Amino acid sequence: MTMRVDNHPVLGKQGNHKQVTIYFNGEPHEAFEGDTIASALMAKGIYSLRHHEVSGNERGIYCNIGHCFECRVKLEGRKVVRACLTPVDDGMEIYSLSSFGERND
Amino acid sequence: LKLWNLLIIGAGPAGLRAAIAAAEEGLEVKIIDEFSKVGGRLLGQLHQEPSGKWWNGIEEANTLHQKAINLGVAIECGTSVHDLESSYLRWKVYTSKGVEEAENLLLATGATEVPLPMPGWTLPGVMSIGAAQVMGNVHRVKPGNSCVIIGANVLSIAIANELRLCGIEVKEIIIPLANISSKDDGNPEKVMESLMRLTHLAPSSFLRQAGKLAKLVNPSIAAKFYPKNGIKIDNIPIKIKTAAAEIIGDQKVTGVKTVQVKPNGEIIPNTEKVTEVDFVCIAGGLAPLPELAALSGCSFKYVHELGGHVPVHSERMDTNVPNLFVAGNITGVESAKVAMAQGKVAGLVIASAVKGSSETINAAIKKAVNEVRKVREEALIQFQPNIVDARKLIYRQFEQDKVEDRVVSIS
Repeated sequence: MTMRVDNHPVLGKQGNHKQVTIYFNGEPHEAFEGDTIASALMAKGIYSLRHHEVSGNERGIYCNIGHCFECRVKLEGRKVVRACLTPVDDGMEIYSLSSFGERND
Repeated sequence: LKLWNLLIIGAGPAGLRAAIAAAEEGLEVKIIDEFSKVGGRLLGQLHQEPSGKWWNGIEEANTLHQKAINLGVAIECGTSVHDLESSYLRWKVYTSKGVEEAENLLLATGATEVPLPMPGWTLPGVMSIGAAQVMGNVHRVKPGNSCVIIGANVLSIAIANELRLCGIEVKEIIIPLANISSKDDGNPEKVMESLMRLTHLAPSSFLRQAGKLAKLVNPSIAAKFYPKNGIKIDNIPIKIKTAAAEIIGDQKVTGVKTVQVKPNGEIIPNTEKVTEVDFVCIAGGLAPLPELAALSGCSFKYVHELGGHVPVHSERMDTNVPNLFVAGNITGVESAKVAMAQGKVAGLVIASAVKGSSETINAAIKKAVNEVRKVREEALIQFQPNIVDARKLIYRQFEQDKVEDRVVSIS
C-alpha cells in the first residue's frame, strides 16, 4: 500500500514525477525524482535508517529539516549525509550506519 | 571570488523578502539554504483564514521565489553554512561547497522545534510535528495512517488538521507528562491558559471559542471542567488532561501509553491506557535558531515570549556587530507574514547602507517598519502574548548596548 498523498483536497494532484531506483542496504526501491532519501524510504514504510552507535537501537528521522542529525546515513564512498536533506539520484546506494560494536571497517 | 553586496542565510519568508527588497534597490544578492527547496517553513503551511481563504505556503513560497529570480537574486539550495567571520568589513562565510564573501550578512535562519524528551521517544516513527507536516505537505508522503500528537498548542492544533487533510487519522492530541523538560506543556491549567489567550483570529473554530471563553472564566476553572475525553475539533479530540507516559514499540512505534492527569498535571493512579498508532508527533513549540549569530560575536538576550535566546537587534533589523542583520524567526517566533515584513525592512536598510541614504529610501524604511507593527497586530497565529512588549525589550537592549560601547571606547 502506498503512503503517497497523490490527491490532496487543497494542494491538488501530485504532478507526474520521473521514477528512479535507489538501493538501501542493497535492496532496490523505487523513488520519485524530487524525493529526499528520507521521504523515499518512508513512502515504502521504512522507518529505521541506522543503529545507534553505542546502544545499537534503531533510529529514524526526527525533525526532517536537517536540524537534529538523527537521520544520518552513509552513501557509497563513505560520505555521511542527512537523509532528510539529500535528494535521491537514480542508482544511489545508501547504507545504514551500524553500532560501534558491529563496525569492522 | 565574487563580493556580494548582501549574502542571506535562509531562503524562508524573511530571507526571500529581504532579497527582493535589496535587489529592487540594485544590490547584488545571494541566498543560501540547506534545504533542497526554497521557502523554509512556508512550505509546510496550510491553514484556512477567518475569511475562508486558504493560506497555501507552497504558493506563497513560489511567488517570492519567482520574484527573486526575476530580480537576478542568486539562490543556492542544498548548501549548509558552518562558520563565518568578519575582517576588514568583509564577511567570509564557510559553506559545505566552499567560501562566500559579502559586504553585508543577513541571518534569516528561522526557528527550530523544541524537543520533549520522554521514554521511547528515540523509536523510529517518533518525529517532531513539523517533520510530519513537511513529509505530508511538501514531500506528499504520509508518515503512517494513524498518529497521536503529544503537545497541545496553537501549532499542533493547526498541523493536526493538515495531517487529517493528507488522509491521516489523528487519534488524539494529548500533553506530555509534567517534568523538567516539558515544564508548562505538561500542566493542563497552563495549557488551557495558553489556548484561551489566543484571540478570535486564531486559525481554528476551537481556538476562537477558547478565546471567547477566556473573557468569561479563568483557565484553572476551564481546566477543571474540561471533559476527560477531550473536545473535538475537525473531528480530532484534544485531551488536555491525558498525558503521554511512554511511547512504546519494539524497533518501531506501535503506540502511546497514556495516563489521566489532574488540572495541575499530577498523575491519577490506575488510569493507564494504550493508544495504538503508526507514528507519534512531538509538539514542543518553536525556538529561534541562533547558532550562526553566536559565531559572529553579537550579543543575545533571553526573552521567553520570543521563544528563547535572540540576537539583540533594533527595529531596523541591525545587530551590534557591524554589517550583520537579522530577520524572521531568529529574532523571535512569529508568523510568516511578520517574517516577510521584517525581511523587507532588513533589505531596505542594507540597501541604504550600500547605496547611501536618501529621502526616498528613508521614507520606504519608515513605511516598512510601520508595516511590521501592523502585520504583528493583525497576525493570525499569535504564538505568545505580549510580543509587542517583548520586542520593545530587545530594541531597548540594543540602544543600551550602543551607549555602553561608546562609553567603553571613550574610556
